[in-house]
Amino acid sequence: MNSMTDEYVTEDGRRIGGTVMDLRNITLRFGGVVAIKDISFDIRQGEIRAIIGPNGAGKSSMLNVISGFYVPQEGEVWFKGYRRGPMKPYQVARLGIARTFQNIALFDGMSVLDNIMTGRLNRMKSGFLSQAMWWGRAEREEIEHREAVEKIIDFLEIQNIRKTPVGRLPYGLKKRVELARALAAEPQLLLLDEPMAGMNVEEKEDMSRFILDVNDEFGTTICLIEHDMGVVMDLSDRVVVMDYGRKIGDGTPDEVRNNQDVIDAYLGVAHD
Amino acid sequence: MTESQAPAGELRSIPALLARNVARFGHRPAYREKEYGIWQSWTWSEAADEIRALALGLLGLGLRPGDHVAIIGRNRPAHYWGMVAAQMCGAVPVPLYQDAVAEEMAYVLGHCRARFVICGDQEQVDKVLEVARTVEGIEQILYTDKRGMRKYDHSRMNALADVQAEGRAAKQRLQGELDARIAALDYDATCVMLYTSGTTGKPKGVVLSNRNIIETAKNSADFDRLDRREEIVAYLPMAWVGDFIFSMGQAMWCGFTVNCPEGAHTMMTDLREIGPTYFFAPPRVFEGQLTSVMIRMEDAGRLKRAMFERFMKVARRVGPQLLDGQRVGIGDRIAYGLGNLLVFGPLKNTLGYSRIRVGYTAGEAIGPEIFDFYRSLGINLKQLYGQTEASVFITQQPDGQVRSDTVGVPSPGVEVRIADSGEVFYRSPGTFVEYFDNPDSTASTKDAQGWVATGDAGFFEEGSGHLRIIDRAKDVGKMADGSMFAPKYVENKLKFYPAILEAVVIGNGRDFCTAMLNIDLTAVGNWAERNNIAYASYQELAGHPQVYATLREHVEAVNRSVADDPMLSGCQIHRFLILHKELDPDDGEMTRTRKVRRAVINEKFHDLVDALYDGSTEVRTETEVTYEDGRKGSIKAVLRIEDVPVFGQASARKVAAE
Repeated sequence: MNSMTDEYVTEDGRRIGGTVMDLRNITLRFGGVVAIKDISFDIRQGEIRAIIGPNGAGKSSMLNVISGFYVPQEGEVWFKGYRRGPMKPYQVARLGIARTFQNIALFDGMSVLDNIMTGRLNRMKSGFLSQAMWWGRAEREEIEHREAVEKIIDFLEIQNIRKTPVGRLPYGLKKRVELARALAAEPQLLLLDEPMAGMNVEEKEDMSRFILDVNDEFGTTICLIEHDMGVVMDLSDRVVVMDYGRKIGDGTPDEVRNNQDVIDAYLGVAHD
Repeated sequence: MTESQAPAGELRSIPALLARNVARFGHRPAYREKEYGIWQSWTWSEAADEIRALALGLLGLGLRPGDHVAIIGRNRPAHYWGMVAAQMCGAVPVPLYQDAVAEEMAYVLGHCRARFVICGDQEQVDKVLEVARTVEGIEQILYTDKRGMRKYDHSRMNALADVQAEGRAAKQRLQGELDARIAALDYDATCVMLYTSGTTGKPKGVVLSNRNIIETAKNSADFDRLDRREEIVAYLPMAWVGDFIFSMGQAMWCGFTVNCPEGAHTMMTDLREIGPTYFFAPPRVFEGQLTSVMIRMEDAGRLKRAMFERFMKVARRVGPQLLDGQRVGIGDRIAYGLGNLLVFGPLKNTLGYSRIRVGYTAGEAIGPEIFDFYRSLGINLKQLYGQTEASVFITQQPDGQVRSDTVGVPSPGVEVRIADSGEVFYRSPGTFVEYFDNPDSTASTKDAQGWVATGDAGFFEEGSGHLRIIDRAKDVGKMADGSMFAPKYVENKLKFYPAILEAVVIGNGRDFCTAMLNIDLTAVGNWAERNNIAYASYQELAGHPQVYATLREHVEAVNRSVADDPMLSGCQIHRFLILHKELDPDDGEMTRTRKVRRAVINEKFHDLVDALYDGSTEVRTETEVTYEDGRKGSIKAVLRIEDVPVFGQASARKVAAE
């Protein structure tokens, strides 16, 4: 499978490149339960790729396979041209993959700024002693990283809460802080697990705009899981549809929308 | 302070003042802006360099003398520089309200035929592009913030930084032309054009000359002995004349530092970090801060609360006297000093007022309790009275003669006279040149001798010589029985209660007065939380029976105090309702400077007005609202109308009528 040849430019002028992540015949089992059954698809450079499906379809498992958290029993995961073996989370992060979580996973007692700073940990090189004394390299590094973090704070318009402890923030803002932390790692591939879950319309609009802006400004490839069909269809370039661990559709939002299997999976179909 | 006395010789324009500042103290900070979490700063030399580069760039884009350059954005150094750069090219800057919706903007951009528009960000660019579909003449759009702008058609659009880069590159070619244009600026050249929001009708473009701005800046700076060491925070709309005088006129004249906050949401934090020495805020800002202090004190521990109450009592008693330099007993002095150490000092620091030397409020009446609260803390808060047509200053309060119910004595160089009708007239070096393209309005406002009608009714107080403003002259009317109707007087009394954000009193030509009230969501929301009252929306909270009960008590108390004034006792409120939505400039109910537009409200809520007078206890209504992006929606509500007891003659009359 070689997608390097079919690069294309979207309607709004973004350049979609070759394959970054290629998933080949993935099967994932938990004991006797088959969560993912023989699924293949790819994610291309610069695109917004959505994974949708009803509850229990295996979307989050799929994202965990992409992030390297789960290792599938069968199939191959290729990232940037290399086949990927089992990895530790920090190795994944170093490869340029960052993610947000369905249930917010921030440090509640720490300020927004410090939370986002943790996203840069992987890039800090100064030793333990130097960091403890905040001297020499650690000091220089912190200034450098703080600047990068401040640019993200500016980008996501959260200047007014930069010193606020995360625990005191409303849900919608926590989600935005999580996105900020993921961005702080300067990822090439950003995984978003239900970024709009539980948000009101205004928060959803804001988040959609930020996702598009991230993709547009930084050229970050984004793979997201989402329930809100309206949001998915508006945001994404291509959509994978899953149901009961199988892939039942793959293509542009329009193609997917008109796919009979997808319609059946979402609206239900009479079984006799 | 030598520069303030400098002969105004060649200092006949803002660019000339800029050049003087560079020559005199080029290394001192001129502008600061908080960005990326730290205060970025520019000295006068650096700022002048940026401004010149921008001016060269604008010249390169074909800006002609006499063109209008609209500026739409929040307070940022780049936007102030844009205004000066436009002046350098001989063009006229026209700052606009950034929160205006596209259709409001269309009128102004069309009226001044702006060829160049400087936008703060994508949001403003989108609005201007929408306007450009119907309004002709917009040729170049410049923007400050590059975010989200990459995909736009750039054939007639440029980032401000790129324009500056091109200006720097074209220096050799264009600097002769630029210098010639700067040299051509004289005292009568237009410095700026500002659109007055106007409580009635379409906005009018007030043309202010260099003379207006520089003379006013000089006189007012002398009045308060402002110098180059002042720090101000520029946060009020750039389209408002006050910001132009403080952040441009006085800043250029005195050479002090203009600090721009990171954004509207961080304003309070930024204010605290800067600690301005010279500060202006409309009453609602001071009210809001006092409300939040009180809310936080209610949540504080017992010891802190006791200390706060104990020392505030001392402060209320002797603070204002100390500030005015009057004699105070030694015991009180010690108590106040201790309070300053334990309570007032830390409190002022939290509010960002530790260093304030001169503070002003204007625009609306400020509640005496609020005014006294700040003064008792030792903050030199004063009032001034002014308008766009006067380049702000008409009257202001000198140090040591400050009261909440007057607006002070005529500013230096200003003559004030009260007409027989009671209307206030003034004549000053700051008096505007004309309304742009509107000779009729100019003639009806400014007479041949240069006297301008303020539209406000007022009188000079005997003894002190201070001016007191009663109300807008055209709002003062008569009730059906011939007694005087001055709505603002009653509204102000109502608004002094923290729970009431806005009030509209109706009654001109009627038998009795009624009122429509807006609750203050911060104060009432906090009260609801404290009393375990659940609510899902503004509308639900506003209609809550206990909220009605509280407001009825307030209205009753106001009636009692209005009854004491024999002239105005007819203005007591007989019936009131609480509005289901906040009055909003986006819906045209208020001006951008948050003054109530009575005509609009009377028309828009005519069903509510009818219900207030037909004796019904409930009214069903549907109101159109405009969202921030200009889309429209509507909200439906059933509002309760309640009766309030009235006092004195009014109650006797009521009984007689029944």
